[in-house]
Amino acid sequence: MSNVMVNVPKTAKPGEMIELKALIMHPMETGFRSGTNGRIIPRNIIQRFAATWNGQEIFAMAFSPAIAANPFVSFFAVARQSGTIEFHWTGDEGFDVKEQVAITVG
Amino acid sequence: MRQRETKRVIPRPQAEGSLRPQEGSLAALGMTALPRRAVFAGALAITVVPLAAAHATPDAMAAAIKEVTGDAAVREAKVKLDIPPLVENGNAVPLTVSVESPMSEQDHVKAIHVFNEKNPQPHVFDARLGPPNGKAEIATRIKLNDSQRVVAIAELSSGAFVSGSAEVIVTLAACVEDLT
Repeated sequence: MSNVMVNVPKTAKPGEMIELKALIMHPMETGFRSGTNGRIIPRNIIQRFAATWNGQEIFAMAFSPAIAANPFVSFFAVARQSGTIEFHWTGDEGFDVKEQVAITVG
Repeated sequence: MRQRETKRVIPRPQAEGSLRPQEGSLAALGMTALPRRAVFAGALAITVVPLAAAHATPDAMAAAIKEVTGDAAVREAKVKLDIPPLVENGNAVPLTVSVESPMSEQDHVKAIHVFNEKNPQPHVFDARLGPPNGKAEIATRIKLNDSQRVVAIAELSSGAFVSGSAEVIVTLAACVEDLT
């Protein structure tokens, strides 16, 4: 349902610092705007974004409504072992999206 | 002509007679003057209170920062905010926060918190990181409701807090604009 774009290098040298980028389509409705009928549009945001490397959490971020629509996050990680990097977004209205990327270190 | 005059004359006593009720109504108006002020004051109070509630203030930001730091002192150092100084569209402002740190087991950044002064809420994001990141740098896009100061607080593994800030001028505000 939701559109995810992640950018992770396919391979990395051991100990290399890599940049991980993740973008997800989401309105990030603040809950402070009123719609065409004058009523406040209920808040609908992603509350948490987390990344795990082979199951171990390497990065987590709590969003507020002040994060722009279609949240983009970029961060760094040191490549230690081959495996799977999983990105996980959770939010209002039962929003729950996971994306996995394989990476080869060596 | 006479008829008209008499017509004019005749209503006069009626008008005079109706002076008392008019005075009475004036008095009534005078009476309503106070409640009207009260109504105005009430209306002002009603409009002011939600505004105060709907916009974070530098005080609200300070309170939100206090929630994170507790009573610990915050040193202005090491934290760099990379954000355009003049923003045309507050709906998506690129922001990069970087903290000078070796990101080793002994000395690393545990968390980065970003706050703003004038959005409806003072929080922007709270990120948790550690030695696996190798580098304490986060980039994202944020919404800014007004020209304001953006503050980033980093929590170090030693328990100390360091901060950095940046002033941003926003020409088109985000967050509260209506769809109409």
